[in-house]
Amino acid sequence: MRNPLSKKVVEIKPSGIRKFFDIVSDMKDAISLGVGEPDFDTPWHIREEGIYSLEKGRTFYTSNAGLKDLKLEIANYLSRKCHVMYHPDSEILVTVGGSEAIDVGLRAMLDPGDEVLIPQPSYVSYLPCVTLADGVPVIIELKEENEFRLTKEELLAAITDRTKVLIMPFPNNPTGAVMREEDLREIAEVVIEKDLFVISDEIYSELTYGANHVSIAAMPGMQERTILINGFSKSYAMTGWRLGYAAGPAEIIKQMIKIHQFAIMCAPTTSQYAAVEALKNGDGDVEMMRDAYDKRRRYLVHELRRIGLPCFEPYGAFYVFPSIQGFGMTSDEFATRLLMEEKVAVVPGTAFGDCGEGFLRISYAYSIENLKKALERIERFVNRLKEEKKPERQG
Amino acid sequence: MLKEKILKAIDKNSKLTPEELAVMLGSTTGEVEAIIKELEEDTIICGYPTLINWDKTESERVTALIEVKVTPQRGQGFDKIAERIYKFDEVESVYLMSGGFDLTVIIEGRSMREVANFVSSKLAPMEAVLSTATHFVLKKYKEHGLPLVQETQEERMLITP
Repeated sequence: MRNPLSKKVVEIKPSGIRKFFDIVSDMKDAISLGVGEPDFDTPWHIREEGIYSLEKGRTFYTSNAGLKDLKLEIANYLSRKCHVMYHPDSEILVTVGGSEAIDVGLRAMLDPGDEVLIPQPSYVSYLPCVTLADGVPVIIELKEENEFRLTKEELLAAITDRTKVLIMPFPNNPTGAVMREEDLREIAEVVIEKDLFVISDEIYSELTYGANHVSIAAMPGMQERTILINGFSKSYAMTGWRLGYAAGPAEIIKQMIKIHQFAIMCAPTTSQYAAVEALKNGDGDVEMMRDAYDKRRRYLVHELRRIGLPCFEPYGAFYVFPSIQGFGMTSDEFATRLLMEEKVAVVPGTAFGDCGEGFLRISYAYSIENLKKALERIERFVNRLKEEKKPERQG
Repeated sequence: MLKEKILKAIDKNSKLTPEELAVMLGSTTGEVEAIIKELEEDTIICGYPTLINWDKTESERVTALIEVKVTPQRGQGFDKIAERIYKFDEVESVYLMSGGFDLTVIIEGRSMREVANFVSSKLAPMEAVLSTATHFVLKKYKEHGLPLVQETQEERMLITP
């Protein structure tokens, strides 16, 4: 029989998170700090709207690009929060989660051999999506000394004649890094000068704890070069509803709709109705959740530092990215031992790119009580590692 | 501002220590302690009760909500009669209401008989009380913003990207 598989697909590395997932799933009493989704349930009024839409029999396809009402609310939202105006009829596409928007955006923009700049550590799907779209992924390794922000110099150093797209993953999963307005201005200048396009994944835009989120699309001259991606998963705790969107120049969105139309048809109708309610009446929920995350964030950073796991202060998403470089172990070894010995699951930084080596991703999408329990165990583990190291030093 | 943040935080969890509150709210332990002391002195914080689901214990108790119509007294409005009612130990809460009746009185007793006794011998005979309507609570689902019914199981997968 012939090989039934595509070489391109077979050569894609499976997600590094998978291995951990398999071990943890078999463990009964493990405490996990390894989850990349909110712990809150979707606010009831949003769920209720979804239920109501089902009761009303709204169980049919919507138009390919999404419900008109939803696109209108998205346009309102983006103008209200990000100060960028999009035409709901031609510049917005409702997708199955932000993930689909990333995939479709890349496929719409890349020709074989086009280079895509991917700052890492970052979300696991950019790289394989670029490969699947026949692009060439080029990694930019972000540095802790810059608090994992992308700098102008790093960007310039990675650009070649073939560079077409820059992915901007901020606020960042897994580091919690955010880009300030002044950082974005510098990046925007380079992007315009080098005639690049940006896919800006802003799924965590509502979860920032210092200044409000700023979109690179709002920088002068950038809206026409940016696909802004956002969604409902993180801000409204709607991960399972699978709903996101892309907003950008009509010319690109039109081609994205074409792919979406043939691959997906339309995003789930129930989710779209629920999302209208989220955008109309969900600001209070977002604020409530952000407040809760912020308290946990401060608590977690404080406790990790006290225990002896240094971390820079993350101002976005719901992750802390502590360094374990002082323990003479790889991230993978550290995370595996922590899991085996204290039954606490965290994700090794290397799951998000090689430059995540020496770091762990710890999620604070958990109640304070849960964090407390896990931190007690982590402290015990770290103290034991310190004890183990002592004799070596004396000898 | 910090005052309100502290109140919101301990409204749902009074066990948070000043040290923890200081960390979570980006303040100092000293400042948090001072504010809590001030809030206690101003009786903005009036106590630190515990939310107990008595249904799960051996102890028998019943809760009744009583709608009370009263005659307000000259010069004192409803406050005097409300005070006469809330001074009873059996009384959990008293609210002045708008609408069809005047006071909501919430009573906790060991049995229905005890509550009935209270209403018929203490509450109803008061001079200012015109009428009462007693409703017994059959089951408590949620109190103080917290569900009493165990429903939350971790639905999330343990590790996700």
